[in-house]
Amino acid sequence: MSAALAFDNLTLGYDRHPAVHHLHGEVKSGALIAVVGPNGAGKSTLFKGIVGMLKPLAGGIDLCGLRARDIAYLPQVADIDRTFPISVYDMVAMGLWRKAGLFGGIGKRERDKVRDAMLAVGLSGFEERPIGTLSGGQMQRTLFARLLLQDGRVVVLDEPFNAVDTKTAADLCDLVRRWHTEKRTVIAALHDLELVKSMFPEALLLAREPVAWGATKDVLTAENLLKARRMCEAFDEHAEACAA
Amino acid sequence: MIYDTLIAPFAEFAFMRRALVGTLALALGAGPVGVFLMLRRMSLVGDAMAHAILPGAAIGFLVSGLSLFAMTAGGLIAGFVIAVGAGVIARVTELKEDASLAAFFLISLAVGVTIVSLKGTNIDLLHFLFGSVLALDDHTLLLIAGITTLSVLVLAVIYRPLVLECVDPGFLRSVSRAGGPAHIAFLALVVMNLVGGFHALGTLLAVGVMMLPAVTARFWARDVTAMILIAVAAGAISGYAGLLVSFHLGAPSGPAIILVAGALYAVSVLVGRVGGVLRQIFPARHLEA
Repeated sequence: MSAALAFDNLTLGYDRHPAVHHLHGEVKSGALIAVVGPNGAGKSTLFKGIVGMLKPLAGGIDLCGLRARDIAYLPQVADIDRTFPISVYDMVAMGLWRKAGLFGGIGKRERDKVRDAMLAVGLSGFEERPIGTLSGGQMQRTLFARLLLQDGRVVVLDEPFNAVDTKTAADLCDLVRRWHTEKRTVIAALHDLELVKSMFPEALLLAREPVAWGATKDVLTAENLLKARRMCEAFDEHAEACAA
Repeated sequence: MIYDTLIAPFAEFAFMRRALVGTLALALGAGPVGVFLMLRRMSLVGDAMAHAILPGAAIGFLVSGLSLFAMTAGGLIAGFVIAVGAGVIARVTELKEDASLAAFFLISLAVGVTIVSLKGTNIDLLHFLFGSVLALDDHTLLLIAGITTLSVLVLAVIYRPLVLECVDPGFLRSVSRAGGPAHIAFLALVVMNLVGGFHALGTLLAVGVMMLPAVTARFWARDVTAMILIAVAAGAISGYAGLLVSFHLGAPSGPAIILVAGALYAVSVLVGRVGGVLRQIFPARHLEA
């Protein structure tokens, strides 16, 4: 199988301090990968690097022909102005950007797609609601509907099931499985190890340094998890320049 | 009677007709811009920008007197330099837009005042601050109409990225690079509309015809499109009614227009459908579901 993403000795970080250190490896096309690790392990940083919001301090990411903008990305904390007067329907329809762009029309086919996406996340009937009236879980469903419309070959999800109830999480998991069967590449940061074990065939355990990467059962061993937990989270203000 | 009060002033006096056309055009151009300024929490930016164009226009005035071209060019140049400079600094550094704009407009104001005082000329300050809507000549009218036309067209082009950047800037960045150019174009629209308004209403009141209809519209709509339409209507009503008030009562026309806009705003705060004060004091009974 061909690669969807390749990390070449990738180091990402802030103010020269690495948050992801010397990551090397390949994400196969159509893979379903969980990125696991303690808070501050560099999961979000890695994702920002993948979608091009953060320039590597060293090394690089090969998107294998994709542009960063073709990746559908759900950030951990979306910077959404929920007081803005816009309806759920319009919010979801933003996912059509790649097709419609600045001026492209939104015809019957596109409107059907928006409706299908809203149905898929269980938000039918919410079309006219202003986004300011949504609960946290409904907002997450809205963002997933938008991701559906984005139709990305690669989907990057940063802690998508945080602060949503089990029913919502289960519904959204179904969408992730659907993406997997559609041969899309899905990379998700998660804290729920049971969910990772049951759903994700592949896992990357990160604690700034990559601890382990491979089949989930080989990665999430007690030994690896302990190792990840021991790695310190704080920046060392006086760290020496890395020689590697 | 109704004819005498509401229509005759415009039917009989050419200067009133010109003033009406000018203010209607301003309402159409500045209203939507004001709505986006408000939604982007940049309501005071219009005020800062108005201060920023003042020195530019003053320099134009110094160079070639009360020339439409020189003052417009001066105002536009000063406004663009500051808008683009502040926008770029906000994007490439950690400084927020309002902070970087504050720095720029203060410098601009100081530079303007210094240049004017070095020249030792006493400019007609009242004209600059409060304009002369009753003395719009053909060229000025054409300028205002042209600015409005351009403004509506540009807004149509940048509408989607502008809305996206307000709601979810991170998402826009992840799908498109249109955010930056759209933002700069929007700031240019702010400057252009202020310069247009400056000729009719002066720098201070130009901000009024931009922001008051916009904040009025917030009390009547939950949807951007409706908000824009209401803002344009409120601006147009203010222009028309303000000119009538000024005509019949002999009040200065520019301030009269802004006072009518202010009255519309005050009424909206009280009885507005969306979050008006009366609605909050006497809420309708809650629903079943």
